[in-house]
Amino acid sequence: MEHDGLLYYTLIFLSAAVLVVPLAKRSGLGAVLGYLLAGMIIGPFGLRLINNTDDILHFSEFGVVMMLFLIGLELKPKTLWRLRKPIIGLGMSQVILTSAAITGCLIAMGIAIPLACVIGAGLSLSSTAISLQMMNERTLLPTYAGQSTFSVLLFQDLAIVPILAMTPLFAALGTGLSVENVSDVIDVVKQQAGGNIWIKGIEVIGLVTAIILFGHYAIRHLLRYIASTGVREIFTATALLLVIAVTFLMQEVGLSPALGAFIAGVVLADSEYRHEIESNIEPFKALLLGLFFISVGMSINFDVFLQSWLPIIAYVSALILIKALVLFSIVRIGKMDKTQGILFTLLLAQGGEFAFVIFQFANQVKLLSADMASILNVTVALSMVISPLLMIVYDRIIAPRIQSFVPISATPKHSIVEQYNPVIIVGYGRFGTIIGRLLHANGIGVTILDHDTKQIDTAARFGWKVYYGDARDMNLLEKAGIEHAKMLIMVIDDAQESLDAVRNIKRLYPHVKILARAKDRRHAYALRKTGVDYYEREIFHSALSMGQEALKRLGYRAFVARNLTRKFAVHDENTLHESFNFFEDDKALLNFALSSRDDLQKIFEADRQHADLYRNEGWDDDLQRENR
Amino acid sequence: MAKKVLILFAHPALHKSRVNRAMIESVRNIENVTIHDLYERYPDFHINVPREQAYVEAHDAIVLHHPFFWYSCPPLLKEWIDLTLTIGWAYGPGGTALHGKEMVSAISTGGSNESYQTAGKNHYSIPQLLAPFDQTAYLCGMTYLEPVIFNSAVRSTDDEIKAHATRYRQYLLDLRNGVELPAFKQDWTNS
Repeated sequence: MEHDGLLYYTLIFLSAAVLVVPLAKRSGLGAVLGYLLAGMIIGPFGLRLINNTDDILHFSEFGVVMMLFLIGLELKPKTLWRLRKPIIGLGMSQVILTSAAITGCLIAMGIAIPLACVIGAGLSLSSTAISLQMMNERTLLPTYAGQSTFSVLLFQDLAIVPILAMTPLFAALGTGLSVENVSDVIDVVKQQAGGNIWIKGIEVIGLVTAIILFGHYAIRHLLRYIASTGVREIFTATALLLVIAVTFLMQEVGLSPALGAFIAGVVLADSEYRHEIESNIEPFKALLLGLFFISVGMSINFDVFLQSWLPIIAYVSALILIKALVLFSIVRIGKMDKTQGILFTLLLAQGGEFAFVIFQFANQVKLLSADMASILNVTVALSMVISPLLMIVYDRIIAPRIQSFVPISATPKHSIVEQYNPVIIVGYGRFGTIIGRLLHANGIGVTILDHDTKQIDTAARFGWKVYYGDARDMNLLEKAGIEHAKMLIMVIDDAQESLDAVRNIKRLYPHVKILARAKDRRHAYALRKTGVDYYEREIFHSALSMGQEALKRLGYRAFVARNLTRKFAVHDENTLHESFNFFEDDKALLNFALSSRDDLQKIFEADRQHADLYRNEGWDDDLQRENR
Repeated sequence: MAKKVLILFAHPALHKSRVNRAMIESVRNIENVTIHDLYERYPDFHINVPREQAYVEAHDAIVLHHPFFWYSCPPLLKEWIDLTLTIGWAYGPGGTALHGKEMVSAISTGGSNESYQTAGKNHYSIPQLLAPFDQTAYLCGMTYLEPVIFNSAVRSTDDEIKAHATRYRQYLLDLRNGVELPAFKQDWTNS
């Protein structure tokens, strides 16, 4: 079938994904393997439903770009600093040792040094997608193994940037120019830069600086403006536009689009719109990344494989083995015991998606031949397929025999994903601020969400980190860590919105306790029906407090005023609860309200008559006098 | 030299107590005598300890003026005692803030004097029942004085109440003026 066109491609891709991925997840192979398999099936080496793989690969690389943008976005300088030891210790040693080992083997096999270096560096990287997926499936992130893996992946993500930057240099060296002194190197770089190196250099630095400055000031204002218009899809469009624009600019100047997206992400990382952007881009990234994996699967050239299956099997085994050996040897740096060390090794012992990007780039700059790139891609892809299989072996066979380890207690200070605080406050106006301040003062980690830019401004002026988003947006709440939260405090202004949000949350995350603000009795009733764990009528206690003060100033002793007020409060709460039975029926409610008022009058009359405020006969002169 | 006297006044339902109203009114506006109305100041029981300690340090004698509910003081006064008399300030190493000061209980009881005997309804004598206060004073290095007692408060006549109020005023004046007042004597014989 020689079909072409966007509609056809989309049909095939989506069908493949929808059919294969759920099966893969169900059977324990995981989504990533599913995508790879889907690609293998529909590609030119499978059912031949799609033949033009190059264009597809190009387009799907955008998924990788998005992923890097999100990585940059989620990269908080604080996290980097906190994990600096494992990142540098484990990460650097892993990348350097693995690159060296693989490069050494390649040189021994007769490959030119510059090429060997690039291939070694490319193969040293692990698959962020697969690793994170495997960790999430087994909730390994809060363990030492998980933290160490994360640190290594983080370092690798950072390492991509210099590797990509240096590839053209290696390419130039690879063309056989002799490099005898520094000026030769500069010549080479000059040639590579295609002209005046100074202009090129200034261009690059200028652009990056411009992006950083623009990002810090202009983009924030732009986002604020867009957010304030309330047109939500335009906000999404703006976020996408940001990524695409920066990527485009980077490409124009000769840098890799991935690097550009990464920088754009880092620039936006500490803006208050981080969560909103993340949740908007996440679906695109997920799909495009899936597309990327599909195209990787499609590109596994079975012809090449069949031609030289034996060497390829050897390469795959060697790759996994070398990586595993290096990983296991550095386990001690990460303070892991043997069990965690095994996990750490298995999680990272595979080639990564960035290898495809690097090899592609190397091919573009004429360093790597297409055939060799093919073989390398197949090797990496196969290693990515085998890695989850190895984890399954571990799950089924090894893990049950080893004593399970206890995850590090994830208190807010030490958990690796810092936004997962135990408390999420939704709505940060006057009501939410007070609660936030009380909790914050007692050292409790609080994540705050609000949908009004004006509120954010006010709060931001007082030093708070407030994230912009809608309470009903489940993606956003997930980003804010609702799965890990103990409680969610819903104190937004809009009654209907809060009801909708609470209903969703109770349905999807029943373990999270919800404390909600009720605008009035009806709202309290509605909230109670949705199953909130606690509600508070927003003005009740303030009004009561002022009433108590009024009593005092009218001559009641302070303690008496307090008790009168408490008594009233209790009575009112009881009335409220009783009235819930009548809310469905308006007429009955009216009668009930009237009879409620009667009751209250009766109570206070009895109070005055018997002077029986404290149920303590000893304080009652008259009764005591009678008894004597 | 005039002593400064602090009255820790604790009555949760003053509007029902003729004698305590009379007593407290009779000692208002005496120079160097401070009336500290606890149930008025702390209806929420949230005692401001540093402020209370400063009060105590600024005075030389403390009067615990309260109705004798269930053989003790009302909860807010107890709360005051529990929270204000901290270790290192009131007692224990370095706890000398109260040394040399005087403490006296001014109480009103429902029962008669006779009832507070072994043979009587209340079985214990008032000095016996005041043992905790005596010991508290002792631990803090204070001198505990003979209490000012008004018995049979419920049955009392207005004249009796007026007389007692006058007695109370005189006692405070004496206390303030440095007149030597009888020390508390525990009643070891009543068994």
